Amino acid sequence: MDALKRYFRSPAAVIGLILLLVVIAMAVSAGFLYTRDPLSLAGRPLIWPFSNPRFLLGTDNSGRDIAAQIFYGARISLLIGGVATAIAILIGILVGAFAGYYGGWVDNVLMRITEAFQTLPNFVLLLVLVAVFGSTLTTVTIAVGVVSWPAPARLTRAEFLSLRNREFVQAGRTLGMRDIKIILGEILPNALPPVIVYASVVMAVAILLESALAFLRLSDPNVASWGNLIGLGRDVLRVQWYVSAIPGIAILVTVLAVSLVGQGLNDALNPRLKSR
Amino acid sequence: MSEAILSLERLSVRLPEGADRPHALSDVSLSIASNEILCVVGESGSGKSMMANAIMRLLPNEVKIENGRMLFEGRDLCAADTAEMREVRGAGIAMIFQEPMTALNPLRTIGDQIGEMFSIHTGLSNAEINARVLALLADVRIPDPKLAAKAYPHELSGGQRQRAMIAMALALDPKLLIADEPTTALDVTTQAQILKLIRDLQQRKKTAVLFITHDFGVVAEIADRVVVMQHGRIVEQGTANEVLHHPVHPYTRQLIAAVPPLKAPPPRPLSSENILTIASVSKTYRTGGFLGRGARVTAAVKDTSLDLPKGATLGIVGESGSGKSTLARCIVRLIDPDTGSIVLNGKDWAKLSREEVRRETRHIQMVFQDPFASLNPRRKAAELVAQGPIVHGTPRVTAIAEARKLFELVGLDPSAGDRYPHEFSGGQRQRIGLARALALKPEVLVADEPVSALDVSVQAQVLKLLADLRQRLGLSIIFITHDLRVAAQICDLVAVMKDGAVVEHGLATEVFGKPKHPYTQALLDSIPGGEFAREHDTAAE
Repeated sequence: MDALKRYFRSPAAVIGLILLLVVIAMAVSAGFLYTRDPLSLAGRPLIWPFSNPRFLLGTDNSGRDIAAQIFYGARISLLIGGVATAIAILIGILVGAFAGYYGGWVDNVLMRITEAFQTLPNFVLLLVLVAVFGSTLTTVTIAVGVVSWPAPARLTRAEFLSLRNREFVQAGRTLGMRDIKIILGEILPNALPPVIVYASVVMAVAILLESALAFLRLSDPNVASWGNLIGLGRDVLRVQWYVSAIPGIAILVTVLAVSLVGQGLNDALNPRLKSR
Repeated sequence: MSEAILSLERLSVRLPEGADRPHALSDVSLSIASNEILCVVGESGSGKSMMANAIMRLLPNEVKIENGRMLFEGRDLCAADTAEMREVRGAGIAMIFQEPMTALNPLRTIGDQIGEMFSIHTGLSNAEINARVLALLADVRIPDPKLAAKAYPHELSGGQRQRAMIAMALALDPKLLIADEPTTALDVTTQAQILKLIRDLQQRKKTAVLFITHDFGVVAEIADRVVVMQHGRIVEQGTANEVLHHPVHPYTRQLIAAVPPLKAPPPRPLSSENILTIASVSKTYRTGGFLGRGARVTAAVKDTSLDLPKGATLGIVGESGSGKSTLARCIVRLIDPDTGSIVLNGKDWAKLSREEVRRETRHIQMVFQDPFASLNPRRKAAELVAQGPIVHGTPRVTAIAEARKLFELVGLDPSAGDRYPHEFSGGQRQRIGLARALALKPEVLVADEPVSALDVSVQAQVLKLLADLRQRLGLSIIFITHDLRVAAQICDLVAVMKDGAVVEHGLATEVFGKPKHPYTQALLDSIPGGEFAREHDTAAE
């Protein structure tokens, strides 16, 4: 409760939350506002925004409604951001928890694997995964998640290293708890706050990764995503720049919202750091 | 008595809103003359450290001096600006802290850090500074000052670090030395040496010393005058003799009565049957090194054998690093001993597999030292206590109901079960820890410094509770402590450990009454205010 109160005391965090809610509202309302397939042809191509009341944000090079694509694109971005983050955090927590709790050779093996992933630039790895497994929405989402887990893993491991020697963990052992119960029931709840905060960073990066992939036309072309729209706009960038700029702003706003929320969560969950 | 060096006049310090009381200090008036030691005594939260920080004007930002004056050599420190305060700090008033390891910069040598005092406040040349630093280190009787000046903080022992801190504080011959619990983190023998050093230096240099402590033994040892604080107010002040022997205020009386007497109670009849037999247990740590070369080998516990008779309390006393905690953790198998046997109920614990230990663990339980770290902050009290039985198969509802009964047994309100650990005081948390250990109905309880983190009055209550539970539940207890006074109160048998080995063991009355080993004698002699404690015994009888 205190954490919630502290969260709402920060204006930046509240603005972030409002922006995020707007994006979520767009994703939810897309189906009601735009009943037609956002990828179907709707009118003349390359209508400028605010010049035709039917297409508030104009149309792209093949005459598809940009506004509809932005609304449906919010779904895709949130979906990829959310699911990929969940995958990355889950793998990260598992690897970090076991490495941190057991130490020794378990730690050594798991951390070397983590480092192997970290030394590769994650976008290059993502390109390889998409090239091998194809670029459907599912594979792209999973691939983004798979390249994002090393950082949360290291963070979780650090938390576990400092918590595993606390007396309450030793108390759990003297009570006869199994290791798995100690890891999940005793240590993890205490290790979670910084990982949750970091999840917002992972989510922002996941959205950007998908857009970058789409910009290279390597994302799923059968869904309306912001990245796909930017990729299309590339061809007409010098004259009809709005085709790329509008989804660009949408991405900017979403990533900003997620980051502000993350920063707000950080300040709310670690109040001592804030009052420096 | 000579003129006052520092006098506080009706000083009030305001705490930020939401603190447990509006003022850290209210209406505090006192004065210190040169060449005297004024002890400020109080339990945690009494505002004694806040007073030291207020005098140095080192209060946290949210804490403000509300009114009052602090006159130091005729100047009001409350009104001094930052530049004036910088001149006063170090040169006029110096300070030593509780934990010298955190008060010293780990990346710079001792000599460097002491020399800094001179380079900031004086215009001495480097050669002169070096000479002064060595003289100071010799003054505080560090063995081999030249070597110590080149050493980094981690290369010195705790006592030597505190000596270096004192050397730094006295570098510029301050008029007033503030010592904030300077011996609390030290072992008892080191503590005695440091107290003697402070006393000697103070007499030689005629410095005024404001000595903050929670320990009446230390007060008896060192104080000329005493100020007793409670909840940010001074409740009593007077000469050491008056306050210690004829306390007027009920709170002072209560504090003095809670000082553990230094004499073991008459021995209780002990069962001839041993519940736990520890035979030649050893544990060696190896750290660092590659393929066995250059590894550091530390023998934490060496070939230790002890017996615990049924229903008795065996005290294991020793200074830090003596291996007493390692031994305790070997007994409950948090650490696996290298060799030896630990026989409980006919089973050798040292040889059980991890899985077997997990199943057998309800026979032997542990109480931990730190009441803040030993409870998971994210679980409610009732859950914490019920955890053990749940793990061993008791249905959740039954376990929670039993936990509430245990709360009553350890002197807590049964409704307290719905609260989180941070809502309890240190003493109450230690009771929760005790209830958690008792929930499995163990026969043997291993208590690792269970009262060390508590104030004396709370300490006395928890010890009384332990003695009471021992009687009612027929518990046998292994009690680890560094504090001989605490051991004397509760233990039937005492084993003294030094460097991983037991040097003397026997009935508490014998070990305390007629110590045989020179180390035990040294330990007993080092207890601060030994004289006072003995007088206090006879007074109490």
